[in-house]
Amino acid sequence: MKELNLTCPVPRPADDVIVLAHGGGGKLTNQLIERVFLPAFGCAPLEARHDGAVLSVSGLRLAFTTDSYVVRPLVFPGGTIGDLAVNGTVNDLAMCGARPLYLSAGFILEEGLPMQMLRGIVESMRAAAERAGVQLVTGDTKVVDKGKGDGVFINSAGIGAVETSLEIGPAAVRAGDAVIVSGDLGAHGVAILSVREGLEFEAPIQSDTAPLWAPVEALLEAGIEVHCLRDLTRGGLASAVNEIATAGHLGIQITESAVPVREPVRGACEILGLDPLYVANEGRFVAFVPERDADRTVDILRGFSVSKDATSIGRAVEAHSGVVTLESRIGGHRVLDMLSGEQLPRIC
Amino acid sequence: MCLAVPGKVVSVIEEEGLNFRRGKVDFGGVLKEVCLAYTPEASVGDYVLVHVGFSLSVVDEAEAQKIFETLREMEQLEELEGP
Amino acid sequence: MKFLDEYRDSATATQLARLIRETVHRPWTLMEVCGGQTHTIVKSGLMDLLPSEITLVHGPGCPVCVTPVELIDKSIAIAALPGTIFCSFGDMLRVPGSSKSLLDVKASGADVRMVYSPLDAVKLARANPSREVVFFAVGFETTAPANAMAVWQAEREGIGNFSILVAHVLVPPAMEAILASPNCRIHAFLAAGHVCTVMGWEEYEPISRRWHVPIVVTGFEPLDLLEGVQMAVAQLEQGRAEVENQYRRAVRREGNRPAQERIAEVFEVAPRKWRGIGEIPSSGLRLRERYRAFDAGERFPVGGGAVEESSECIAGLVLQGLKKPFECPAFGTRCTPESPLGAPMVSSEGACAAYYLYGRRSHEGIESDLPSTAPSR
Repeated sequence: MKELNLTCPVPRPADDVIVLAHGGGGKLTNQLIERVFLPAFGCAPLEARHDGAVLSVSGLRLAFTTDSYVVRPLVFPGGTIGDLAVNGTVNDLAMCGARPLYLSAGFILEEGLPMQMLRGIVESMRAAAERAGVQLVTGDTKVVDKGKGDGVFINSAGIGAVETSLEIGPAAVRAGDAVIVSGDLGAHGVAILSVREGLEFEAPIQSDTAPLWAPVEALLEAGIEVHCLRDLTRGGLASAVNEIATAGHLGIQITESAVPVREPVRGACEILGLDPLYVANEGRFVAFVPERDADRTVDILRGFSVSKDATSIGRAVEAHSGVVTLESRIGGHRVLDMLSGEQLPRIC
Repeated sequence: MCLAVPGKVVSVIEEEGLNFRRGKVDFGGVLKEVCLAYTPEASVGDYVLVHVGFSLSVVDEAEAQKIFETLREMEQLEELEGP
Repeated sequence: MKFLDEYRDSATATQLARLIRETVHRPWTLMEVCGGQTHTIVKSGLMDLLPSEITLVHGPGCPVCVTPVELIDKSIAIAALPGTIFCSFGDMLRVPGSSKSLLDVKASGADVRMVYSPLDAVKLARANPSREVVFFAVGFETTAPANAMAVWQAEREGIGNFSILVAHVLVPPAMEAILASPNCRIHAFLAAGHVCTVMGWEEYEPISRRWHVPIVVTGFEPLDLLEGVQMAVAQLEQGRAEVENQYRRAVRREGNRPAQERIAEVFEVAPRKWRGIGEIPSSGLRLRERYRAFDAGERFPVGGGAVEESSECIAGLVLQGLKKPFECPAFGTRCTPESPLGAPMVSSEGACAAYYLYGRRSHEGIESDLPSTAPSR
């Protein structure tokens, strides 16, 4: 038998052009922030690497955030791009411990977009803003040539009032803190995929898009010493806890069997070969609170329909700083790394 | 290689002949249309292993239980034998 | 979910792990062939439950990793042709050819689409008669029946604008190539369970006899792998070398006859080059004469040509199980999932990616910090 030939491909650089993965919420997104944006714009609020910036203006503490919404399809089970645009920005403010007050909306519309579609999106924004208790106070509209946009892109910025004296962010997390997730994972990502991949459900999976200020407010009013909050969006739970572990210089340990995922979401993930821990959510968050407050936090959260399945899933630890580990169902351990790029369905 | 997931056959369409035999398979609440041409014996209520939209095998439920039965028996034996 | 959840049960896993510990008396090296099995092993942290005498080595069971560079370059060249719709499973989109991946060429404007099933590609061809629809037919024997059916249906319906780029590989010749290598240190194999649902296990019997190696047809859930390891180790400790079936609920000795017939009708065995290993005779599939019109390789005479190879990536040694990913000098530094040097780092099934994502902890000193999975649990 002849000697087996060893061959290998030529290296390919990943940083000369923007690729889709740069928007995936995982490693490449963070690399982009670190290598391109921070060097240019670096300042304390940005360095804090939290969902929004908390600023002092004439003695008042305000939270300020921005987000852009580029989802495809524009309408999906459970909502539209409009719902995401309102709830997503509201939630970034809530994650700073701020009462969401005012939003802006900048629309980039593609030539040829049916007016009916735009009206539907705007109506869903109106309803979402009402539900979240915010006002849309300023906006902008641009139209681009047909083929230069995905129908609708929306950028939304938000301002909120920080009424708590707590400094909520990764820097406040301490070893021993409990990690609490506000509900079951993966519904939004699967709802989107169900349209794209033509999946049918016995009971359609709805996106979990929802405003999250009410449960956060309840925690703060109850005097819970909230250390950090983070809403789970692209990149899923895994990306969020990795970002916090890195920014907070701590390790985090998660117990897989404690993480809630509903059966149809699991089924969809199984057949597509996706891991629910990485699938996008739009109405879920994690909270880091002292161990002594963990039970009370879960009780308070369960009193709200948006967080009725809240549960403790792990803890922050001194060890393996910056790394998140997972205890699997069978008791083995692995590193729960951040996604490098898009999570793609697989056959293998 | 080979992500194949077990699901329950909930309906079968046979009118167009064996090679176009297909059906709806339920994966924990997700329904997907699957080509059943390679498992002509699969009927409603059976579990099949599905890979890239094709059923490759009907799950033998009796065999599936065996490992658990064997281990249970072993445990019971040990308890009888004592420390 | 039935037939999944039971096979992830913690208490049963602990029992099986204990059984393995009682069976083992000497060090043994086992190779699991299939990428899906590698995925489960690292994802569930299975190694934590096994005694240190057992070394698991990951074989070339990832068709994504072993697809030759020339074919990837060819797929990119075809995708770049105006009017083509190039369809592929998700796995293949990120693998680099000699300079680009399919995702890159999609970013430059090519119509590259991810599909769940080859029949989706046929559907696209039916719906777009003026476009050429090409499907990247990658996979082991498990995927061959699906690809065969796609071609068969296209031929019956006269869908002339459909073709496939064939990159099928077969498992038994790869196993023999590994066993024949002078450096082979594998004592037993866990054979790929889903490949065997199609092909059965008859063809592994001569291999087991010729090389005196136990071969256990194994499933993909944590309990399957634990039981498979236990059965392989029992054989080794008893000096036996047979083919046994752990995946009894899904695999029969003769396999799936209708599927085998359809494969044989559409495809024939051919030599195939394996990335990182080289050419192995009779280790691939190609379309038979009657269906040659559906061969995208012949329909589109683009791409091809000699390929420059870098010597830094040791994919070949990793794919043969001779080196662990972290023994590669480029691992985690010049070669990461974001900027891969070789296919094993790209594919989520590739050994390097699996180690990078899941296995790093033991090499960053994390292992000692974890709560111990003590035998008494």
